[in-house]
Amino acid sequence: MKKFQLNGVEVQVEDGTTVLEACKFYGIEIPTLCDYEGLAPYGGCRMCLVEVGEKGKTRLVSSCTYQVLDGLKVWTNTKRAVKARNVMLELMIAMCPSSKTLQDLASKWGVTKVRFAPQNLDCVLCGRCVRMCKEEMQSGAIGFVERGYKKRITTPFDKKSDVCRTCGGCIYVCPACQSRCQGPQEKSVLCNACLACEPPCLDVFDEMKCYMDPCVWCEKPRADQAKTSKKKAV
Amino acid sequence: MTQWSSERHKVEQRIKTVKQLSALSKKLAAQRKQTRQMVIVSSGTCGQARGSEDFIAALHKALKRHKLAGKVGVRVTGCIGFCETEPNLVLQPKGIFYQKLKPEDAEEIVRETLLRGKVIDRLLYTDPKSGKRWARMEDIPFYAKQLRLVSGSNPEVDPTSITDYIARGGYGAFAKALAGMKPEKVIDEVKKSGLRGRGGAGFPTGLKWETCRKAQAKATSASPAEKYIICNADEGDPGAYMDRSLLEGNPHAIIEGMTIGAYAIGANLGYIYVRSEYPLAVKNIGIALKQARQMGLLGKNIMGSGFSFDIEIARGAGAFVCGEETALMASIEGKPGIPRQRPPFPAEKGLFGKPTNINNVETWATVPVIVKMGGAKFADIGTRTSKGTKIFSLVGKVRNTGLVEVPMGMTLKEIVEDIGGGVAGGQAVKAVQIGGPSGGLIPKKLLNLPVDYESLSQAGAMMGSGGMIVTDEGTCMVDVAKYFMNFLRDESCGKCTSCREGTLRLWEILDRIVQGKGTKEDLPLLEELAAVVKDASMCGLGQTAANPVLSTLRYFRDEYLAHIEDKRCPAKVCKELVNYYIDPAKCQGCNLCAKNCSVNAIAGKPKTVYVIDQAKCTKCGVCLSVCPQKWAAVVKLSGEPVPKSVKPGTPVRRSER
Repeated sequence: MKKFQLNGVEVQVEDGTTVLEACKFYGIEIPTLCDYEGLAPYGGCRMCLVEVGEKGKTRLVSSCTYQVLDGLKVWTNTKRAVKARNVMLELMIAMCPSSKTLQDLASKWGVTKVRFAPQNLDCVLCGRCVRMCKEEMQSGAIGFVERGYKKRITTPFDKKSDVCRTCGGCIYVCPACQSRCQGPQEKSVLCNACLACEPPCLDVFDEMKCYMDPCVWCEKPRADQAKTSKKKAV
Repeated sequence: MTQWSSERHKVEQRIKTVKQLSALSKKLAAQRKQTRQMVIVSSGTCGQARGSEDFIAALHKALKRHKLAGKVGVRVTGCIGFCETEPNLVLQPKGIFYQKLKPEDAEEIVRETLLRGKVIDRLLYTDPKSGKRWARMEDIPFYAKQLRLVSGSNPEVDPTSITDYIARGGYGAFAKALAGMKPEKVIDEVKKSGLRGRGGAGFPTGLKWETCRKAQAKATSASPAEKYIICNADEGDPGAYMDRSLLEGNPHAIIEGMTIGAYAIGANLGYIYVRSEYPLAVKNIGIALKQARQMGLLGKNIMGSGFSFDIEIARGAGAFVCGEETALMASIEGKPGIPRQRPPFPAEKGLFGKPTNINNVETWATVPVIVKMGGAKFADIGTRTSKGTKIFSLVGKVRNTGLVEVPMGMTLKEIVEDIGGGVAGGQAVKAVQIGGPSGGLIPKKLLNLPVDYESLSQAGAMMGSGGMIVTDEGTCMVDVAKYFMNFLRDESCGKCTSCREGTLRLWEILDRIVQGKGTKEDLPLLEELAAVVKDASMCGLGQTAANPVLSTLRYFRDEYLAHIEDKRCPAKVCKELVNYYIDPAKCQGCNLCAKNCSVNAIAGKPKTVYVIDQAKCTKCGVCLSVCPQKWAAVVKLSGEPVPKSVKPGTPVRRSER
C-alpha cells in the first residue's frame, strides 16, 4: 500500500496504482483523452495533468503515467493545471475541430476560445488506435511515423498492412473519427452549443441524451435554439 | 589521417597488473623524450574541413626531401581548440604556433623553422585589433586565459594511439582507483570534487553514481549485465561540438572515465551512444576500444583485479531528442527514440530495465582528471556551486571561433572579449546564446554574469552542453527565436501535445511576426503558450523548448514590438520588413547591381541612376553586396517608406571619391 496526499487528504492505494487511477477511485474527476481502459497508459495528450510535489516546488505531470509514491502530494484542480489542460484542449481542437469528444471536453471545461488557425485534421495523435492494434489485437498494423509536427499515424510505408485484419478496433477507440460533432460554428472552430443549452445539458447528461450522436441540442435548428433561450430569459 | 599515423600505433603487450601499466607508462614517456622535435598538426573534423590532410601530406613530403623523416616526429591530433585558425600546428619543444596553413607552407616550415630555427612571422597568429604577433601557443590570448584540464590533452595525444595516451600517464587514474580505492571511495572522491553533469542539467555526478551503486539488480536472459553505464555523445545543439572534439581527439580519456565509473558503480557493460553524423568520432572511438581490449584494459578480469567491463558503440541516427536520457535508452534498445515518464529514474530502472548511469562525454572525460588530482583539489577550481572547468564552443559572430575551456565562474565578457577577441567586423556584441535550443539569450548588459549553472538559469538561459553563439547588432532576435522554434518543431519527438503542437504554434506566431503580420494579441499569446509548453511537457526537450522565446521576450521585447507595431526590423534582417533602395545622390551608374539582379528588378542604363522596382524586388540583397563599398549607394531600409527615386535615365552625379 502507498500512502499519499490527494488534494490535502491522506489516502492510500495499492502499489503500482497511477495517480489517475487513484483519483478515479476516490471520485475526483480528471479530464482524459489518450487514456483508454484496457490500454497501456501513454501520457501524450497531456489532458490529465495534475500538480505534484511540495508547495513551492511543484510540477505538472500526466496523472495517467505517474505512479503513486509514498508521501506524494497531489493537487488535481489547481489554477496552473487547469490552465495547462485548457491550452492543450485549445491546441487539439485547432488540430481537429470535428471531434465531438474534444468539443464536449471543451464545453465541459469552459474552453470558449481557440486562438490558433484550424488545421482540420482527422487525428490528434493520441495513439489510442496504435495501442489498440498492438496491445489488444496483437497486430501492430499501424504505428507512428516521422517526428515533431510531421508525426502521423499510418501503416508501414503507407501501404495496406499484411497484418491488418480490418477488425476496426482502431476506429472503435478513436476520439476524433468515431463521432463527428455537428458543432463548429462559422466563425469559430468551437461548438460550445452545450454551454448555451438550458438547462445545461452537461448537468443532466442522461435526460438530454447528449451522448447520442448527434447531440439533441446541436441538432435543433438555430432559430429554435434562439427561441428557447429567449423564452427562458423572459 | 591514419595514413600517416598508423605505423606508430602498434599496441604493446597485454597488461596483466597495475605495476606493469605504470612501468610501461614510464618507458613510453622516456621514449617520447627522445624525439627532440615534434610537429603537432591539428586534424579533427574542423581541421580536415579546412584542408589539414593536404597539409599533412605536403609536410611529410617536405620532411622526406630534407631527409628529416623519422628524425622529426609528426603527430596528427584531434582539434586543439583554435578552430578559427585551422589548419594549425604546434612545434614542440618550443611551442611555436603556426596558423591558417596551406600545403605550400610545409616546405618553408621545414626549411626555415625545423632546420634553421627561424620563426616565420607571416604564419604566426596576429591580433586583428592591435596587430601584435605571438610565437608561442601559450602566449596567444586565446589560450593564455584558458584552463585546459580536460581538453588540454588533445595536442598531446594521437587519438589513434593508445601508447600516446599511456605515455602521458593515461589509465593511471583507473589503475589508482583499481589498486588503492574501494568503489565507495571513488564515489566519495567524485562527490568531494563537486562535479556536476556537463550535459546541461547539472545534476551532481557523485550522487547519481551513488544511487546507481545502491540499486539492486540481477542479470537476466534479456539483459546480460546487471548494471549499465552510458556515455551520452548525442550532441545535437546547433553550434556545439565540444563532445565531438573530445571523442575525436582523446577517446581514451572517455573510455578511462567510463571504466572508473563502471568500477565505482559496479556495472559490467557500457555504451557510447554517438551520432552517425560524427564519422571520425565513431572511427576513433572504435580504434580506441579495440586497442584497450587488446591491451587488457577492457574485458574480463582487468589487470588481474577480477573486475570485468566492456564498452560497445551504439550509433544514433541524428535525432535531437535522443540526447534525452530515456529516449536515448529506448534508442539503444531498438525502439523509437521517445522519452518516457520519470520516475522510475534510470539509476533504478534504465536500459533493459536495469539500473543505468548515464553521463555526458565531458563528464566522463573529467573523471580521470578528478581521480588523478583528487576531488578536493578539483573543487578548488570554480565557484561555490559549480566546480571545475567547462568547455564551451565559442561560435557565431566572434573573432576567435573555437573550443575554450575555462574555470566555472569566469564572466561571459572575459570569454567573449578576451578569449574570443570580440565581434568580428567592428560591431558590438548584442547577446550571447547559451545552451542551444534549450538555452536562452543573455543580453549585452548582463555580460558580466559569471558562467555557472545557477547564474545562467536565473538569467533565463542554461548551461546546456556548452554551445555559446555570439550575436552582433546585425542579428534580429525574433528571427533567432524563430530559428530555434523551427529546429524544435522538427526535433520534438511528437508525443506530447504541448511540445508537438506548442512548438509548431509558437513557430507560426513568430513567423507571422517576422513577416510583419503580427498583431497586438500575439505577444500575450506567445507568452501564455510558451509558459504552458514549459510546464506541461514531459521530458527535458519540451520543458525547455520555450526558452528561446521566453528569453528573447524577456530581454528584447522592444524588438518584438518594433516588428508588430512599427512593422520594422531593427536589425534589418527580416526579409518581409526590409526594402532595398538606391540613393540617387550616391549611385555612379556602374551597372553592377542591375547585372547581378536575378529578377531584373533594377532599371537604368550605365552612367544613369539605377532604380529598384519595389514590386519586382525579391529582397535577395545581391545589389547591396555587389555595390562597391566606396559608393555604398544601395541601402537597406526597414520601417520607413521607400523614398521616391529619380526618373529613369537621370545622369549620375559624379562623386569625387
